[in-house]
Amino acid sequence: MAEFKQVPADAPLGVKLMTWVDNRFPATQLWNDQWGKYYAPKNFNFWYIFGSLAMLVLVIQIVTGIFLTMHYKPDAALAFASVEYIMRDVPWGWLIRYMHSTGASAFFIVVYLHMFRGLLYGSYRKPRELVWIFGCAIFLCLMAEAFMGYLLPWGQMSYWGAQVIVNLFAAVPFVGPDLALLIRGDYVVSDATLNRFFSFHVIAVPLVLLGLVVAHLIALHEVGSNNPDGIEIKEKRGADGHPLDGIPSHPYYTVHDIFGVVIFLAIFSAVVFLAPEFGGYFLEYNNFIPADPLKTPAHIAPVWYFTPYYSMLRATTDEMLYVFQAGVVIVALAAILKGRFGSVTKIVFAVAAAAVFVAVGGLKFTGVSALAGIDAKFWGVVVMGGAVVVLFFLPWLDHSKVKSIRYRPSWHKYVYLVFVAFFLVLGYLGAQPPSDVGNRVSQIGTLIYFGFFLLMPWWSQLGEFKPVPERVTFKAHH
Amino acid sequence: MKKIILSLLMCLGFVAGAAASEGGIQWDKFPQEKVSDVASLQNGAKLFVNYCLNCHSASFMRYNRMRDLDLSEDQIKKNLLFATDRVGDVMKTSIDPKQAKDWFGTTPPDLSVIARSRSGGGGTGADYLYTYLRSYYRDSSKPTGWDNRAFPNVAMPHVLWELQGQREALPEVEVKDPHNEGKTIHQWAGYGPLVGGTMKPGEFDSNVGDLVAYMVWMSEPAQATRVRIGVWVLLFMGLFIVFAWRLNAVYWKEVK
Repeated sequence: MAEFKQVPADAPLGVKLMTWVDNRFPATQLWNDQWGKYYAPKNFNFWYIFGSLAMLVLVIQIVTGIFLTMHYKPDAALAFASVEYIMRDVPWGWLIRYMHSTGASAFFIVVYLHMFRGLLYGSYRKPRELVWIFGCAIFLCLMAEAFMGYLLPWGQMSYWGAQVIVNLFAAVPFVGPDLALLIRGDYVVSDATLNRFFSFHVIAVPLVLLGLVVAHLIALHEVGSNNPDGIEIKEKRGADGHPLDGIPSHPYYTVHDIFGVVIFLAIFSAVVFLAPEFGGYFLEYNNFIPADPLKTPAHIAPVWYFTPYYSMLRATTDEMLYVFQAGVVIVALAAILKGRFGSVTKIVFAVAAAAVFVAVGGLKFTGVSALAGIDAKFWGVVVMGGAVVVLFFLPWLDHSKVKSIRYRPSWHKYVYLVFVAFFLVLGYLGAQPPSDVGNRVSQIGTLIYFGFFLLMPWWSQLGEFKPVPERVTFKAHH
Repeated sequence: MKKIILSLLMCLGFVAGAAASEGGIQWDKFPQEKVSDVASLQNGAKLFVNYCLNCHSASFMRYNRMRDLDLSEDQIKKNLLFATDRVGDVMKTSIDPKQAKDWFGTTPPDLSVIARSRSGGGGTGADYLYTYLRSYYRDSSKPTGWDNRAFPNVAMPHVLWELQGQREALPEVEVKDPHNEGKTIHQWAGYGPLVGGTMKPGEFDSNVGDLVAYMVWMSEPAQATRVRIGVWVLLFMGLFIVFAWRLNAVYWKEVK
């Protein structure tokens, strides 16, 4: 009690109250450390709003989700009807439902743009690797959360999309069928699947998500935010100990983020109130038909935010495996002949490459069917998963001399442009039925996607880098 | 470098054209203004109850929601309540689904959200329904004696035949196959003349439009409210954006 802070008897009630709390719980200190006096770079641009927006959308999803759960029935015979009950008979139920469905798509738009900011400015580079890794884990959890949430309305697309994706897990060697059985709770997607997906979607994954978001923010605040110039503001401090190029988040980023949030909410409201189906991309037309296990839709496609990865899955055919095998050989040869590694390391490379070569395509080219490797379907799953997992390694793949795109060689901008263009093309193709031209373009897109990351240790060093300024580039607002 | 990227991007044009087309015909445009016309919706409700509820249910649609169509509960009870006594009930059908499956080969689907579920590349679900209900023709080779251009081999007969009248298809003509040299294909030659029917073609089209308008309304009764509130919300957001922008500017003037 001796260390308790004392306030004079005539202090305002608010001060007395806060002092009482602060003597028992570090409320004011938390506020100051995390936001109030958290010094952030003053040159944040448009790309820096998406982190705050992601947090906003998370809150929107949780709150609307809580109200939906009050009326939704997680039973195969009742689910579809309960959603229509919410839309028609629950006062304002239609608004809550549309906010939740629009929020799901908004979450992915915001998160993709948030990740792209990281790519642009090297926000994943040392010392922020852990911020990035937590972020990638959040992305994985978000995909799981969205996938399971999508089953809940129990429409045709819900049911058959879940059926297709869960069956992919059956392609895992040895444990596949049992794994799929464990996920589904049954031999086909059924009421058992719906119940456990409901449990995961409502509580298990949100808890993990919240924990990861907290870890993500703690890791960020520990090292401080990056900025569009990629320079470390903490290296130049003023007499008061604060970074010269930093400003306290409150009030500057409070009002700045309010502005950004309001613009986002205007766009969000426009969709919720005027176009909630969004051309069949946010609420798919097919999903207004109750799930029918006996009627397979002509065209099963995942929701738009999964389509780039779905494209890569479909692109991994038997033919494509030959390309992967060739790639393994080329990379191994390049590493062994041109790389600056020790001889023991080179032998390890050669053996590893041979093992991967055999595992991926088997010795199919010999024509002996017994020597064929694991099914292309399994490798498709590996490629799809690998496309997300490769993101975790980005801090160690990027060997650029500078963090930010601003000071990289100009042609690096075109590499990023091609990467983005093909990611969008992959997304578009993933929503279409398979076609010969589409498959070829998807295969090229898959190679470009993986080439961008896996060859980054090489290409990120090439070219004439520009001098990085000492202080951030900031134009005063008038 | 730019040229390579440009040409790659242009390749997308070819990919876009490769979208597959579905069976059936091009859909006519449904007259959208009928959805905001209360008289249309009321007529559509009447047609729906008289012609559709015999086989189809609309089990998420409550009778008393039709108060939104400027109908009193009394009017609903007197004119539209056949299958039940309580105006708070949902629109269930009296047909036994098992018998329906026996007779038609498939259970008639629930129509509560039919207008939302049938949207696709050819247009909105309303466009499809409007086209479908006006595309029937006689075909004695089919179990029901009817076929439909928008949904070939459909199990549903032409329920509105007394209103529209009957017509057969003209014998198909043989034309050269545009994809195969030296081969011919049978091409649709049009409908024959309409025989009978209590409504003239224009009147029939208008009534089908009313029926489809009712189904559009039924698939989302909150739609009109949603759009109306949405306009106010966006006006408010516009104002809010201006204030947030100026507040931000005032604080950031201090930042050097």
